[in-house]
Amino acid sequence: MSRIIIDPITRIEGHLALEVEVEGGKVKDAWASGTLFRGFEIVLKGRDPRDAYHITQRICGVCPTSHAHAAALCLESATGIHAPDTGRLVRNMVEGAQFLHSHILWFYHLAALDFVDVVSAIKAETKDHYLKDVQARLRKSVEGGQLGPFANAYWGHPAYKLPPELNLLAVAHYLEALDKQAQASHISAIFGGRMPMTMTTPAGGSVHIPTVDDMANLKPRLEEIRHWVEHVYIPDVLAIAPYYLDYAKIGVGPRNFLAWGVFDDPSFDTKNRLMPSGTVLDGRLKALEIEPATITEDVTHGWYKDGKPTHPSMGVTEPEFTQWDVEKKYTWAKAPRYGGRPMEVGALARMVVAYAKGHPAARPLIDQTLGALGVGGHPEVLFSVVGRIAARALETKIIADAMVQWSDEILENIRTEKKDTFTPYTLPARAQGVGLWEAPRGALGHWNQIEGTRLANYQVITPTCWNISPRDANGVKGPIEQALIGTPVADAKRPLEILRVAHSFDPCLACTVHVIDPESNAVYKVRIS
Amino acid sequence: MQIELPVIQEVEPPLISGMSHRKGIRLPVIQDPKTQADEPSVISGVNRRDFLKVCGAAAAFLGLGSIGIPRIAEALVAAAAKRPSVVWLNFASDTGCTEALIKANYPNAAQLILETLSLDYNETIMAAAGAQAEEILHQALDRGGYILIIEGAIPTKKGYGMIARREMIDIGKEFAAKAKAVIAVGSCATWGGVPAGDPNPAGLKGVREALGVNCINLDLCPVNEGILVATIVDFLMTDRVPEMDGFGRPKIFYGQTIHDQCERRAHFDAGRFVERFGTNEEERGYCLYKVGCKGPETYANCSKMRYNDRVSWCIGAGAPCIGCAEHGWVDKFAGFYERLPNVKVPGLEGVETGADTIGIAAGVATAVGIAAHAIGTAMKGRFKSEPREEGEERK
Repeated sequence: MSRIIIDPITRIEGHLALEVEVEGGKVKDAWASGTLFRGFEIVLKGRDPRDAYHITQRICGVCPTSHAHAAALCLESATGIHAPDTGRLVRNMVEGAQFLHSHILWFYHLAALDFVDVVSAIKAETKDHYLKDVQARLRKSVEGGQLGPFANAYWGHPAYKLPPELNLLAVAHYLEALDKQAQASHISAIFGGRMPMTMTTPAGGSVHIPTVDDMANLKPRLEEIRHWVEHVYIPDVLAIAPYYLDYAKIGVGPRNFLAWGVFDDPSFDTKNRLMPSGTVLDGRLKALEIEPATITEDVTHGWYKDGKPTHPSMGVTEPEFTQWDVEKKYTWAKAPRYGGRPMEVGALARMVVAYAKGHPAARPLIDQTLGALGVGGHPEVLFSVVGRIAARALETKIIADAMVQWSDEILENIRTEKKDTFTPYTLPARAQGVGLWEAPRGALGHWNQIEGTRLANYQVITPTCWNISPRDANGVKGPIEQALIGTPVADAKRPLEILRVAHSFDPCLACTVHVIDPESNAVYKVRIS
Repeated sequence: MQIELPVIQEVEPPLISGMSHRKGIRLPVIQDPKTQADEPSVISGVNRRDFLKVCGAAAAFLGLGSIGIPRIAEALVAAAAKRPSVVWLNFASDTGCTEALIKANYPNAAQLILETLSLDYNETIMAAAGAQAEEILHQALDRGGYILIIEGAIPTKKGYGMIARREMIDIGKEFAAKAKAVIAVGSCATWGGVPAGDPNPAGLKGVREALGVNCINLDLCPVNEGILVATIVDFLMTDRVPEMDGFGRPKIFYGQTIHDQCERRAHFDAGRFVERFGTNEEERGYCLYKVGCKGPETYANCSKMRYNDRVSWCIGAGAPCIGCAEHGWVDKFAGFYERLPNVKVPGLEGVETGADTIGIAAGVATAVGIAAHAIGTAMKGRFKSEPREEGEERK
């Protein structure tokens, strides 16, 4: 039996460490810990509620727009307003482009290198000019000894299974994807002013009034990405997955899925969103509607003073570092639970909920993908590393298609002079609000409390809070911890397989640990035995 | 410059194109005109015409005009021949500046991080993890002479920020000591940023203050990708740090207010304002001062650089500037939708007091408010040029 510690986990946002116990070549137990603290909720207290739109975007530079929109919805719920139709559509476009950006970046630049052996691509035999050129550039880097971001990885590890030719193709697409993710962000910026940190869609709707010029700028970029997702991204996933079908049984997780839903339709009902709200529990593909009141946060294994699990709107947080002890307390993350259950969130959760609800786009896409992978009729294989990878790719297509439709609707609104984009409001003296939304990496909730037109309290539960949750009072492990168990580890010094499982959740740590004690002078000595 | 899209020949389009290629390798059938063209590559993967386009854009960013192009070309070719090592450390950040870096266009992300520079360490992008990542970092330290880019603030309370079980502040000091140049990117690295807003729960500080290093400060949240790339190109070209203002910001980018360079300035001078969002005034592009714009007191050239392939920028898109280029902005400008006080507004109180006065007043106020915070520890730096007095460039 041996312990493996990976610190830092790279190719994620933020600072994460994993500890696993390996027995007989497989992970027997696992602990996930976050190691950076910034304290956004404390910074937000006492401020103008409208400023939360800008401040919470700085929780995460990868998904700022999702925080922006959760904050906007939160204040809109406190003031009892909705954005006008064109404002809603602008918001969907800014958010949608961020999802395209994030999913493309995640697959090619954060996750793919766990499956694609870059150095092996040099051995590929090809007559194709394009690929030969990529290969020549790669060879130059390798032979020049300057591999840059590709240096010193687990190249040559026996768990890499792709033939050199497919590795080379993936490297070529890695380079293309750098351009596509940027292109997607440029779409956010056309409406939002810039990306990251968009500027134009606070509570009320959109301060940007879309123009025909915007649409002319946007359409070719969107079409280019949509085409690329269909003709490169999804085919890449389908070409690579068959070599790693064992990962359709690895990284299973709790099989409880939660989605708040994202991309509003005119009803502003989370059930009717493009990716609808809902839950799927215990792996049974039967969707239930959400009950946000059942959320609690448990601090048994986090460095906080022990107390009863509470709903985030009542959350009291008293940090208290003791020591790093996986038997007791080992992380700054709290353990959010939904009706007592740990919940997986993310693209897979959204797609599973949509599938269970008979979503007209998600259902056939998933069925066809399962068929293409030779596992037709077995949607339960989605609860895995392969499932998370496939879910992101398919969701990217659903969103790109929807964006084409939304942009047509915006154009129609411009044509018919339905230009209203912003609902005016006055700040309430006393109110409470909630903003439930999705970041690319999962369910995101903001809760505010306004007293005397200022923020008396602000709480955020980010997607990664759910996914890297530690154990709760009953000893039930968090989703990533559960998913890691059973993962094979061929070489304890090069734990590639563990990275595959961890990356499949697209963790984003800047979001996760959000509250600390400003008065505390405690010495937080972080140690692993 | 861009890699051409492979043209994939589909036999029969299923629901998802490409689904029929279940197993095996789908090689795209392509005819790439660029790589077959007889134009020689200058930097590999970039033909001469596109390369000059990159140089031209960089020259424009740096205010060099076309005469700067050959110098930039020379610097980039030299850089590509022996790619300068860049170590990018992420401390208390949200990775927004890494995100900004990969939005760069001239040169774009692939050229910049894979072919012009040798991005030896960046936790978000690098393939290696854990012990192997640490090994790379220590090899870079042994070699020294790298360009150190720091993203994120430095927690000064023990235990609030650690990588591989070490305090971020210790890592920062160690790596700054052996760097050829240190660039602090984004507000968090320059003065602490949003999480350093009152009450600054994690005791966050900027690089100058926390590490005692006289770095180049590229303010803005996130850093403007054009400014970042132009700063790197400038450094490669001249091998020296640019002329900086009292906050360590290159004057070329941070020398004038947003307001003075704003495309809506004429409306301010004429007293035409957006009074409410989503109205006809916005459609006409009137001035955003009354809905909270902080442009009169914010020094940066966002209107010229713009963002994201230069498609837009904050005010261009109708959003009032929140002042993110200024040290301490999150508290200094809190109430982002509240009108800046003490600005003489044409049309309300006459045009005799223009925005130039506003700019000067703002510079002095900024200097007073920030002096103790930013400058105290920054004097003994690694660069020869002494930092200027606060606000000097604005007199």
